[in-house]
Amino acid sequence: MKRSNEPLFWSLFGAGGVLSALIGPVLIFITGIAVPLGFLLPPETLSYTNVLAFVQHPLGKLALLTVIALFLFHGCHRMLHSLHDLGVQTGRRATFGFYGFATLATVVTAGLLLGF
Amino acid sequence: MSDATPSRTIKIECLRYDPETDDKPRFQRYQVPFTDDMSVLQGLQYIKDHLDGSLTFRWSCRMAICGSCGKMINGVPQLSCHTFLREYYPRTVRIEPLNHFPVIRDLVVDQSRFLDHLETVKPYLIPKDDQPLAAGARRQTPAQMDRYYQYSQCINCLLCYAACPQFGLNPDFTGPAALALLHRYNADSRDQGWRARREVINAEDGVWSCTLVGYCSEVCPQGVDPAHAINQNKVNSTLDYFGILNLLLPKGDKT
Amino acid sequence: MSRFQSTAKTYVRPMSGWWLKTPYFFLYMIREGSAVFLTLYALVLLTGLGCLAWSPSAYEAWRGLLDTRLSLGFHVIALLIVAYHSLTWFQVMPKTAPKLPFDSRLIVRGALATSAGLSLLILAVLWWVA
Repeated sequence: MKRSNEPLFWSLFGAGGVLSALIGPVLIFITGIAVPLGFLLPPETLSYTNVLAFVQHPLGKLALLTVIALFLFHGCHRMLHSLHDLGVQTGRRATFGFYGFATLATVVTAGLLLGF
Repeated sequence: MSDATPSRTIKIECLRYDPETDDKPRFQRYQVPFTDDMSVLQGLQYIKDHLDGSLTFRWSCRMAICGSCGKMINGVPQLSCHTFLREYYPRTVRIEPLNHFPVIRDLVVDQSRFLDHLETVKPYLIPKDDQPLAAGARRQTPAQMDRYYQYSQCINCLLCYAACPQFGLNPDFTGPAALALLHRYNADSRDQGWRARREVINAEDGVWSCTLVGYCSEVCPQGVDPAHAINQNKVNSTLDYFGILNLLLPKGDKT
Repeated sequence: MSRFQSTAKTYVRPMSGWWLKTPYFFLYMIREGSAVFLTLYALVLLTGLGCLAWSPSAYEAWRGLLDTRLSLGFHVIALLIVAYHSLTWFQVMPKTAPKLPFDSRLIVRGALATSAGLSLLILAVLWWVA
């Protein structure tokens, strides 16, 4: 029987699942709804200076990297399995594609964050 | 059957498939007089005895313990002896063979895929040493028994396989009941078979084909929770993958 | 080849559209579909980060895009579906734990309470900072 490498990706999927289940909704609400509309939080909350200060702080960098990377690994893992659920053959290429994309986006995020 | 005279008639639609003459299945409708105490299985037996002797289906104990009479009843996998016609009247009852298995004839499916999977999980105690009979029984505390008891209630009725789309999409997936039985033995304090069974757990077609749909546990007539068995073993398989499990296993199980 | 394989000719029923056949499977697909929105949301954040690194005006353009009907619509749907993901994630969480000596619903409730607490905390901190 073929041993699966799924434990590696499942761990990232699980971590992303927990993180997004805990704070996914509130993050979407803040950055996507409340701040743009000025509802509950003023629009300046996400002003250039505020956000720049956030990503210049080591903890801010860590927080943003964790959120983006884990959300992507969680999402890519689920979408890969959903393709299989929809009857699409998902071989090595699809696996490399999805996890490769998540990895690449994580590297880009880390690179951008280190630049601040 | 009951002494009461049937006063109502229910429509039962059965999937029919004769491998010698049919390329694909069709549905046939029967009018079945029924009483309140008649199960869906008794409805099928009425059809066979009075309307159409060629209708083929499996059954045995008619009291929800042998696991032979599972069918798709209005799209839900159920034991036909454990489901009553009165619950469907005045709607039509539509009966199909269990989903995700090849149809041999009418309502009878080919279970061989399940039997293959069941064999791979070594569903028997693998003790660490051969104890002579004179040594007496291997004793267990109620707490130790509680760890596996629920999983030992499986009657191999295959409703969970009919509820599992992952098995339907990939019949090589070991599947809910076989993996629940695997866990039933691994969780038994008298068993030291983790090493003998780990290959099945860790395989692509083992626990890793499950996406936790969870319907298997909903349809089980015995209260077994296959989804729980499989998903706690995803954690075990992950610990094994990273080499951590070995540190946590009892001595006899170490690899 | 199976040792148990029947030699009879059999009919294998197609799987297409299986997830439309029961509400249970349909809800499962919605749960899995939350991944699309979560991925897109992560990419929205990544784009914002890229704009922030590029220039103040690029960042302001990104913020302008967030304040459009399209973006607001996307975020409202994403909020609902990711909230559904949260609920279902916590509901199945006990399935990955070993057998517990207490009612597993306590885990679900505890996780929901933690999520609500963290959300309020994040909102409160931002409100205080702003």
